[in-house]
Amino acid sequence: MTPSDNLSRDPAASRREFLRRGLQAGAAVALTGGLASWLWNRHPPGDFNRGAASALLPDFSDTSMGPTMAIVTGKNRAAMVRRALEALGGIGRFIRRGDRVMLKVNAAFATPAILSATTHPELAAELVRLCLGAGAASVLVTDNPINDPESCFNLTGIAPAVRAAGADLVLPRAGQFAPGTLPGGRLIRDWPILREPFRGITKLIGVAPVKQHNRAGASMTMKNWYGLLGGRRNQFHQDINGIIVELAMLVRPTFVVLDGTTSMMANGPTGGSIADLKATNTLVVSTDGVAADAFGATLLDKTSRDLPYIARAAERGLGTADFESLQPVRAAV
Amino acid sequence: MKITTARRLAQIFFLALFVWLCLVATVGPAWWQWRGWPIAWFLQLDPLVALGTVLTTHSFHPSLVWALVTIVLTILFGRVFCGFVCPFGAIHQFVGWLSRLGLRTKDQMAGNSYRPAQAIKYYLLLALLAAAAGNLLFSLVRASRDSVWVALAVLAVAVSALFWLTLRKIIAGVRRAIVVGALLMIVWFGAAALLSAERVTLAMLQIGWLDPIPLIYRSFNLAVLPAADLAVEKWFPSGRFYSGAALIGVLFAGLVLLNLVVPRFFCRILCPLGALLGVLGRGTLWGISKTGAKCTECALCDVDCEGACNPMGPIRVSECLMCMNCLDNCPESPPIGYLPRPSSGGEITTHGVTRRGFVTTLAVGLAAAPLARLDGFTKSDWPPGLVRPPGSVAEEEFLARCLKCGECMRVCPTNVLQPAGFAHGWETVWTPALNNRIGTSGCQLNCIACGQACPTAAIRPLTLEEKLGTGDYAAQGPVRVGLAYVDRGRCLPWAMERPCIVCEENCPVTPKAIYVSEVESAVRDGTFSLASIDGVVVRVSGARLEPGRFATGDYTCKLPNETRSRRIVANTADTLTLDAAPATEEPPPPGATVEVRVRLQQPFVDPSRCNGCGICEHECPMNGLRAIRVTADNETRSTDRSILLKGSR
Repeated sequence: MTPSDNLSRDPAASRREFLRRGLQAGAAVALTGGLASWLWNRHPPGDFNRGAASALLPDFSDTSMGPTMAIVTGKNRAAMVRRALEALGGIGRFIRRGDRVMLKVNAAFATPAILSATTHPELAAELVRLCLGAGAASVLVTDNPINDPESCFNLTGIAPAVRAAGADLVLPRAGQFAPGTLPGGRLIRDWPILREPFRGITKLIGVAPVKQHNRAGASMTMKNWYGLLGGRRNQFHQDINGIIVELAMLVRPTFVVLDGTTSMMANGPTGGSIADLKATNTLVVSTDGVAADAFGATLLDKTSRDLPYIARAAERGLGTADFESLQPVRAAV
Repeated sequence: MKITTARRLAQIFFLALFVWLCLVATVGPAWWQWRGWPIAWFLQLDPLVALGTVLTTHSFHPSLVWALVTIVLTILFGRVFCGFVCPFGAIHQFVGWLSRLGLRTKDQMAGNSYRPAQAIKYYLLLALLAAAAGNLLFSLVRASRDSVWVALAVLAVAVSALFWLTLRKIIAGVRRAIVVGALLMIVWFGAAALLSAERVTLAMLQIGWLDPIPLIYRSFNLAVLPAADLAVEKWFPSGRFYSGAALIGVLFAGLVLLNLVVPRFFCRILCPLGALLGVLGRGTLWGISKTGAKCTECALCDVDCEGACNPMGPIRVSECLMCMNCLDNCPESPPIGYLPRPSSGGEITTHGVTRRGFVTTLAVGLAAAPLARLDGFTKSDWPPGLVRPPGSVAEEEFLARCLKCGECMRVCPTNVLQPAGFAHGWETVWTPALNNRIGTSGCQLNCIACGQACPTAAIRPLTLEEKLGTGDYAAQGPVRVGLAYVDRGRCLPWAMERPCIVCEENCPVTPKAIYVSEVESAVRDGTFSLASIDGVVVRVSGARLEPGRFATGDYTCKLPNETRSRRIVANTADTLTLDAAPATEEPPPPGATVEVRVRLQQPFVDPSRCNGCGICEHECPMNGLRAIRVTADNETRSTDRSILLKGSR
């Protein structure tokens, strides 16, 4: 017996049936209307004026008093960085018990460590050990490389070295980038930045090799922050000095390590041959990345005048181009 | 343990092994990555892969020696590969079983009875092999033209083979035999006199479309696992993308879902490997046999028959997949067994292939390769966008070897290796080509993974030394897959007077294959009238400058009586600050022309150094159509595509 048969024969049943159907229809209408109003959006898609300026990364810089730059000569990177940190008052001045440390290496290319296009794994591992030795709760190591990330971290030897030293590696994933706009910035506007791994981080260390770079003149500690940018960041080469200055505004590290044990004099920043390298046997630790880079320029037989971003960063108050004014502690190992 | 339990365990084991071998085919240090696993083992086991490549290359590639094991097993024990080993077969059996759960015995039996359509797979096998055999056949034809003895031997073999196969039925009498024989001779020697193989290749290897082993490898490598990769971000942080993966995935899913229509549709009706094994196993020593003991003909043995080979009798030997379900189902086991003697219920050893069908399919198959090559894409119209991975052999040899299995594309660490689509003709579909836009980078300088993964040496296993052209290979230079070209109409420093040279920066070759030439170019609206000079500050009049616009470090200022221009370090609305004061003693008069210039580094490519890796193309900030792009010009593998004079550097 179908409902319509029902309807035609028994008035009471037909009333019930009508009410049942009425309720059903009413619920369906209410649901449709409810969904429509819930999803109602007056704004057309694609708002081109996004991204209010905000503090994108915490300020990790060291505000305590004390020497701010150490220049150590030698050949053994681990010993040099230990000596340099000692000269600045010991790692304990920077890293305290319970700190969560981010180590930003340069792992841009999938080339072996011997070619010096990337942060040396021994140096990265020594920094990890020093931080953990100073009581750091954890050390993360990251970079957003140019070549395939996994290949980069493995081939450079950074991944196995820092893991063995007790750090965790953060391979950048799409979900870890969030767009941001740098206050006072002209270029970093609504641009994806590697922000997610910085949750809970209390200290930031940058560690970079010294490399010739045809467009920027040189790639050192300030240029190293490029690796925190996502998206089609290559566009910024249209204003390379501008972006390096903005990166120095964006990232205020606890200290930076500039590794000039071996400097890439030509064919940078990729290198690829030992013939491109020169033993310059120097390592700098500084709380002032501008000063570190100004010194690094001398290792490449350049001056800071050849690198416009140094003067512009100094103008912005991000550091000093006159590194001698910091009275750097000099030592040899 | 029941034999069917053993079979299920074997199927689970081999399917799991297959998935594992696909999973580990990635480059990296983790324990679940390629640690010397024989990742292409199932391809090596595949006799159709071996036979197909033997036909097209006239040589037996050593890594395929495993195929002999399968052949011997099949001759001795029937299609145990289908029943116990084949991972695609295991999937079909499982899905077929799921789809028939709860079916009545009658319907179950109807689904598992023999269908004439099962002959289709033999036609497919024949067509694929005929398409691969053209060159071999032709060299026989040519040999018979050059030597009478070869001619006679070939004729004798060919005629007796044909006679044995089929002619005995047409040739009723001696007169017809003479006529048919004479016709054959005319065709053979006519072909020998007329045909020219220099013009066009007569063979192609297209077994990969349907051979279940390349097919399942391709489906897992390019569709199933990449989909899993995207879902499980932990394993593959960058995710993997394959152009045309949807079609590969849909074909795979479609073939699996056809089990809902006909159980083991693919195995019974389409599988050319099954057909080959069926032919090899038609006289199998051991097989499903009725013993002659009392049989009630209850037909339970037919109910779950995977091959639809009718074990109750007369059994179709070539169709039997050795699933052994019949042995399990028989209520009183004596009447049927896996035995080294013919079935007392009778045997059918033919394949349902008709004579006309055979001849027609042979002709179609033989015609396919020359027809496909009429495109001219292996000749003058070679597709420049089809950049082959490093170590690939020359295109015709490449096509004679590539199985479209996707192993190289799975193993490629940057995902730059992609299945070619339909743009370059049907023959190159799903063969590997570089796409510098899709992956995480271009072809990595220090990587040789693809050649190590290729089971048939379509991509030769290079050593790093050979790829980079170092050591013993210094004289021959690096292996080039193509050449990068700067598109000056799109390049920022060339066309738009903006600095860039990301390509130069990322060129991994040393010395760099991309080099720059520095020019200073007058800026649009960059000519001003001088007001005064005060030390390093140049004041201009009559124009409002955008403050900071010329302060990027890339702009210079040229004063009329200065020989060189000076870098601008800052600018306000009416001043330009230079990095050093003008050297002239006599300052130029007010009203003189001040020119603002931009310092540009314009990229050039050195074809003697560029290896075509495509990292520049990947990194080029011209996001849509890149301003530097790699084409297959100048690739090492084909001398006729080189663009440099011999000996030039």
